[in-house]
Amino acid sequence: MATVNRPLSPHLQVYHWGLHMTLSILHRTTGVALGVGTLLLAWWLISLASGPEAFAQAQVCLSSWLGRVVLLGFTWSLMLHLCNGIRHLVWDTGQGFELPTVRVTNLLVLGGSIVLTLIIWAVGYGLIGG
Amino acid sequence: MTMKTPLGAVRGLGSAKNGTHHWWLQRLTAIALIPLTVWLTASIVGLVGADYETVRTWVSIPLVAILLVLFLAATLYHLKLGLQVVIEDYVHHEGAKLAAQMTVTFASIIIAAASIFAVLRVAFEG
Repeated sequence: MATVNRPLSPHLQVYHWGLHMTLSILHRTTGVALGVGTLLLAWWLISLASGPEAFAQAQVCLSSWLGRVVLLGFTWSLMLHLCNGIRHLVWDTGQGFELPTVRVTNLLVLGGSIVLTLIIWAVGYGLIGG
Repeated sequence: MTMKTPLGAVRGLGSAKNGTHHWWLQRLTAIALIPLTVWLTASIVGLVGADYETVRTWVSIPLVAILLVLFLAATLYHLKLGLQVVIEDYVHHEGAKLAAQMTVTFASIIIAAASIFAVLRVAFEG
């Protein structure tokens, strides 16, 4: 069998771009970003095991404005990957591929991730009192 | 000498040579991570503003330590499987691909070992 340069799927450029495609690539992007987030979690746990000074230093970094921006991105990435991941598991059963259904689940995934992120941060800020 | 036809010998194995193994483990870790992620996120939100001793006391609760270890193991395995596919899709140079896959594999194992050890150390020290 000749190994010719066959066209590889998907031919993205022939399709009209839709929210489902944005969510598809965001699933991968957030997955990679969450890999970096896992490094943060590992660092936080290792600093906890290392002693009060190391832990205090980690807490100062994480609660700085830059730390909070990163943690906010981490939270939203995690919630989007979680919600869209659940949708992927449903798709794995062969259901939910019809376009009207996908349009609804698009909004559930995106809206769900935003609402969950807002709840998490509202509760977090509530606990430290602003 | 096998009695299998060439088609029968490769059916279900696919280009990765190990069939649905990768796909299945990615789903299995995903399913495990749904409750673990919800639990960990809620717990960490509850720890916002907590001091060193409070967080250590939390980690040293046996159930918490066990769930943290399970979360870290499932996450890093899921991450390794996911990044492997990303590399397969975007890195086409054979040498670079091999180097990237090895880096991801080693890094995942090292981070898993280090973070799980950290949890166990806190748990056992009390």
